[in-house]
Parts: sequence; structure tokens; C-alpha cells
Amino acid sequence: MARMKFLCDAERCIECNGCVTACKNENEVPWGVNRRRVVTINDGVVGAEKSISVACMHCSDAPCMAVCPVDCFYKTEDGVVLHDKDLCIGCGYCFYACPFGAPQFPQAGAFGLRGKMDKCTFCAGGPEPDRSETEFRKYGRNRLAEGKLPACAEMCSTKALLGGDGDVIADIYRERVMRRGRGPEAWGWGTAYGLPGRGGATPAAPAPAQTGGKS
Amino acid sequence: MRGFAIALAAAIGLVGCMEVEQTIAPPKAGKYQGKPDTPPWANEPLAHESARWTRGDRASWETQIKTRQLAQHEDKRIYQ
Repeated sequence: MARMKFLCDAERCIECNGCVTACKNENEVPWGVNRRRVVTINDGVVGAEKSISVACMHCSDAPCMAVCPVDCFYKTEDGVVLHDKDLCIGCGYCFYACPFGAPQFPQAGAFGLRGKMDKCTFCAGGPEPDRSETEFRKYGRNRLAEGKLPACAEMCSTKALLGGDGDVIADIYRERVMRRGRGPEAWGWGTAYGLPGRGGATPAAPAPAQTGGKS
Repeated sequence: MRGFAIALAAAIGLVGCMEVEQTIAPPKAGKYQGKPDTPPWANEPLAHESARWTRGDRASWETQIKTRQLAQHEDKRIYQ
């Protein structure tokens, strides 16, 4: 298996916020924290409005991991970026480093006091016993350990948001775009989604397991 | 007697200068410092779910996940 990724099809997203609601409900995320949110550009412009669902993208070379002063981030063997809340000091460096604004900080007290960082876990829990009450309380549900995919992707009504192995969801997206008849002309399409040997990028050999280390 | 008092005061005073190690093990820069995590395939499938894999077998868990992934593909889901 390659790497767990999210892919949002902007042509399909209808800004229903079902993914946001599914995430909040599944993980019982506290008030003020949105692990996932829907961003709309050209809002109200007829024909030009597009929405996209954004959360942690579980970067292959995650900047949050690079800047964390206490090294509380790790990457699982499936490529999911997770962190240890017992180690997090809530400094906020990861928030500044993240290009997607994924790290969230619950308000832990008066005067804007920040709590420990919270972010999308790809429904993979965290460094606590799998499917335990402690893991759920700190990180949310561990759906991967239940043989399921993230709730946001599985609940998406238009299947705009795809989640799972990067190669598999890229195949699904490629088929859609080919059937749609437009999209492959976009710059960089071949590199991102083209088939190997037909103008596409050759998939890199899977990296050795990096559990416990930085990318 | 006076010398003993000075030595005692110096000993007590210098104790405050001692740097106590705050961590259990010396931190290694650039390495994850938190608790270890277990992979998802190290768990038994839930009894009431349709998910099936063998505990500890990564390949069977990946097969299960791939089945779920393909359910996101309308054509595969409708026409299978």
C-alpha cells in the first residue's frame, strides 16, 4: 500500500458540510475546533464558485513535523501524520508551518489560553491503545483499526471527498475525469494523475516503514 | 565553628545551582519523542462488523481497506 491521502473533487463538492458534520460527530470534536472545513472560492459568482473540503493532508514531508520543538509528531506505516498530545506543549508552531491551517487549538481557559493541538487523524486515533476510551477521548475514533475509512470521506454524499490509498483514489478520480471529458488538459494533470508510461509519473517505490521517525 | 557554618551555608546555597535532568532520557533532535503506536492491523476485527482480516496480517487488512475504498467508486458500487 502506498500512502493514505484525501482527494477532493471541486467539480462535485456542493458545500453541504456533511464531511465537517461527520467529523465533528464521529470524533466528538470540541467547540471551536474544526478538524475539517469547507472552503469556497468565488463565492456567489455564477459559474465560477468552487468549494473544496480541507483538513490535514497528511503530507509526505510534513512541515509540522519539521518545526515541532518537542518532536511530538510521527508518521504511521500508512503515511498518516499523527501526534502525541501528552507531549504537545501547544506552542502553535505547527499552525504557522501548515499550508492548510490544519492544526487547531481548543481554547483551554480565559484570555485566549491555548490547549494542546488537535487535528485530523485520518480517523486513525493516536498513540494510545487502539479503540480504547483514552484514545477516543484524546484523538477521536480509530476507524482504520476497525477496517474502515475516515468518516468524512465515507459520508460524502456526492463522493467529492475521497479518502484512502493515494493510488486507488487517484484511479477513481482519473476515471471520473476521463468520463467527464474535461480536466486532463489542466497543467500538471499527467504528473499528478497520468498513468505510468503514458505521460504520467512513475510511482516511487514504497519507502521503508518509518514508524517513530520523522520523514 | 565559623568555618563549618560558612561551609554549610555554601553547600546549601550551591544546591540551588544544580541542574536537575528534566527528562527520563536525553532527547534526540529530530526523532519522535512520544509513546509508540500500534498499527491498525494489530487488532481483531469488530465482531458485529462486516470487516474481516487476520490479526497481525497487514496484507489482509489492506485488502479489507481496499474493498472499502472501491465503495467510493460509483461504477464499482452500482454495477458489482
